[in-house]
Amino acid sequence: MTSVVASLGLPELIAGILVLALNAYVLTGGADFGGGVWDLLARGPRRDAQRALIAHSIGPIWEVNHIWLILVVVILFAAFPEAFATLGTVLHVPLTLMLVGIVLRGSSFVFRSYGAQDDSTQRRWGRVFASASIVTPVLLGMIVGAIASGAVGEAAGTLLALQSASGGATAPSFAAIFLAPWLAPFPIAMGALALAMFAFLAAVYLAVAARDDLLRDDFRRRGLGAALAMFVAAFGGLALTPRLSGIAGPALELQAVTAVAALLAIWALWTRRWSLARIAAAAQVSLILWGWVLAQYPFVIPPAQTLRGVASPRFTLQLLLYGLLAGSVILIPSLGYLFRVFAARGHFERMTR
Amino acid sequence: MTDLLAARAQMALSLGFHIVFAEIGVAMPLLMVLAEWRWRRSGDGAYLELARRWAKGTAILFAIGAVSGTVLSFELGLLWPGFMRLAGPLIGLPFSLEGFAFFTEAIFLGVYLHGWDRVGPRAHLAAGVVVAVSGAASAVFVVLVNAWMNTPTGFEQSADGRLVNIDPIAAMQSSAAFEQALHMLLAAYAATGLGVAGVHSWLLLRGGSRAFNRRALEIALAVGASAALLQPISGDISARAVAVAQPIKLAALEGLWKTERGAPLSIGGWPDAAREETRWALKIPYGLSLLAFHDPSAEVKGLESAKRADWPPIALVHSAFQLMVGLGSAMALVSLWCAWVAWRRRDLTAQRGLLRALVLIAPFGFIATEAGWIVTEVGRQPWVVRGLLRTADAVTPMPGLVVPMLLFTLLYLGLGAIVVTLIASLVRETAASPADAATGAAGGATT
Ligand code: HDD
Ligand code: HEM
Ligand code: HEM
Repeated sequence: MTSVVASLGLPELIAGILVLALNAYVLTGGADFGGGVWDLLARGPRRDAQRALIAHSIGPIWEVNHIWLILVVVILFAAFPEAFATLGTVLHVPLTLMLVGIVLRGSSFVFRSYGAQDDSTQRRWGRVFASASIVTPVLLGMIVGAIASGAVGEAAGTLLALQSASGGATAPSFAAIFLAPWLAPFPIAMGALALAMFAFLAAVYLAVAARDDLLRDDFRRRGLGAALAMFVAAFGGLALTPRLSGIAGPALELQAVTAVAALLAIWALWTRRWSLARIAAAAQVSLILWGWVLAQYPFVIPPAQTLRGVASPRFTLQLLLYGLLAGSVILIPSLGYLFRVFAARGHFERMTR
Repeated sequence: MTDLLAARAQMALSLGFHIVFAEIGVAMPLLMVLAEWRWRRSGDGAYLELARRWAKGTAILFAIGAVSGTVLSFELGLLWPGFMRLAGPLIGLPFSLEGFAFFTEAIFLGVYLHGWDRVGPRAHLAAGVVVAVSGAASAVFVVLVNAWMNTPTGFEQSADGRLVNIDPIAAMQSSAAFEQALHMLLAAYAATGLGVAGVHSWLLLRGGSRAFNRRALEIALAVGASAALLQPISGDISARAVAVAQPIKLAALEGLWKTERGAPLSIGGWPDAAREETRWALKIPYGLSLLAFHDPSAEVKGLESAKRADWPPIALVHSAFQLMVGLGSAMALVSLWCAWVAWRRRDLTAQRGLLRALVLIAPFGFIATEAGWIVTEVGRQPWVVRGLLRTADAVTPMPGLVVPMLLFTLLYLGLGAIVVTLIASLVRETAASPADAATGAAGGATT
């Protein structure tokens, strides 16, 4: 940790902003995906009320939540273009599948809201929406897992060697470079973790948003279930880490703080301390994200590409920083305004009745 | 199909799909704001009804614009990692600024669409204005990137081909930046404005409410027809800039093979690369020299001034250019007709001939936009960054690119079909709705 702080410079600052944007995406867009999961799993006597609550909490602001991802992408390719190029090359297949998921999810959501209101149409779009909400986070998690495991960096290295050795060399198979890095046990465990994490966040948020006690309890139970799934996936992942090259694993202090946040979230949910549960859950998920980032620092794509190795020239980073700061001056008050307009409690009360 | 061709096809498809929604996203907020402003000024409920109906369609189209735009930003890395590696440090800045413009746009669009009864009247109108401005800003930022690809500046090249001493601010002010941004903005307002006018003309021809649709036409034509009248002027500025900075592109779009003084303008015809001539074209003597340099004896560079390997696909570029100019001329003529009717203070809604013409040209702006982008993008080939990086050197080494290309083709065909059905049902709902008749009656009282 101390070495990180000491070496802070412009590339780290921009990377930090990038991770903040990713963090915001996970906490907002991630929860929207989680909502889709619970839409698919809606059951029991309050099935329709559950779905209505989910639709309304995603409702007016999903497009805003979604733009955090775009911000992540544009910062990545402005500041660390080499990394963007490598990820796009080696992870072409899962990224393309993830995009299909994003397209289907976003469009089915509006089609459901604005299309014909008959039952079968609604159900069809609902199903597309929910399935895409499951597939996309799993792929996102697998992508992160593949990067963290070092397999992406290794595949990129092989590819580079192949291109410079003009012909002749025995080419490794398509599968070895473009499939193996992410279709492996560790990335799969990370995919499961991401899904459980988003579902957990969504359940906690929905429990807070619900005004009806029975509905709240539905989401409380779901939240506890998702927390359990997170533990299973996380320990599964941990068990698979040592065999992987690359990174050291999160620092011990950070692991401890994450564990505290996790226990706090579960305890608060268990004892129905809703607001505390929401804060603790958000903290827990953010800490997991930062744990990954700090664990692989100074690498962007271990074991080959370091943050400074792939950073754009200083002048670009400076301008980008000014741009990001100026943008935030507009963005932050605007976001605040949006949430003030739509956070009115009465909104949820009206619809859960 | 080679991997390179598949990647080019996928990029063209994704952009061609996105641009339709992007244009609507730029121009619809302006139309809605104008309608709401008229309502607040006049208290005429038909304007409010209009703003609300337009808002409903915009919500659907905006969502599709957002997801297809997301696809594009990833595709730059998925298909063209070589391009990103080279150009990322230079053109990442306008893309990042665009990101913030999107943010502002989406936030205030949320407020606008879902906040009718949550925020005060002034705040609501102001939110609409912010959406209209940030939509236009995002279009400008992204077009600056494209202009740089056509006329790259803001760097020096080192011996090993890397870009050094880069200056992203200079890159945003490349020589094509102004013309392209202007032409694109006008295209968005012309295509969307005349498209909306066409829909309301159709409703009128079918016996829809006069009062309601007249107000719609007023606003849509104020925006669309004025932009369509300015577009040929802006196109002329673009063409003259292309003649100076991208002579091979000009030669391709005009189908000019030999470098000539007093070059003729070829209208129509088919450029035949084997015979190196443009056959069956209507030739206007000195026309090209006049148009491109405003001087009948100016020398215009022909394709012969470049190696064959550096030629873009000429027939496609030439035909696309003819199509754009033809459609643009038709749009400008119909717009003139509208201006004439308005100037003579005749009732637009009673001019059935004009209404029919408006229905006919409703899709022209969108087709012209697709054609114009084909001119710009295919006309730049074989370069992705003119003179600096070849498209073939920018493409990803991943094999089997035909698969994602087909996947996105199917996905977009499906999405396109659904969106068209949904919008058509919104229009039919307007045609059939009792609310329309009611506001029509209310509006009728004031006319
Ligand atoms: C409503 C759509 C529309 C209409 C009516 C026109 N254009 Fe256009 N044109 C476009 C929409 C467009 C565009 C938005 O698709 C392009 C592609 C890139 C750009 O900057 O604008 C374009 C590009 C473009 C270019 C190439 C610019 C470059 O590559 O840098 C030229 C020379 C023209 N146009 C010229 C014209 C002329 C002489 C027109 C006369 C009527 C015309 N355009 C009408
Ligand atoms: C304004 C931002 C735009 C950017 C940054 C951009 C960027 C690119 C890139 C990187 C390529 C691939 C490399 C190449 O083939 O040269 C490409 C190709 C292409 N783009 Fe664009 N583009 C933009 C706008 C558009 C729009 C709106 C269209 C609308 C149809 C379009 C149509 C095409 C076509 C047809 C190709 C394929 C050209 C060919 O390979 O023959 N572009 N563009
Ligand atoms: C390579 C080219 C392009 C890329 C990478 C790109 C990227 C994007 C992205 C990521 C979004 C989604 C933002 C959101 O969620 O609101 C978007 C939307 C949008 N894009 Fe593009 N875009 C490209 C070309 C264009 C062009 C040529 C225009 C210009 C006219 C344009 C104008 C817009 C607008 C106005 C929106 C807002 C959404 C809407 O109103 O429908 N884009 N674009």
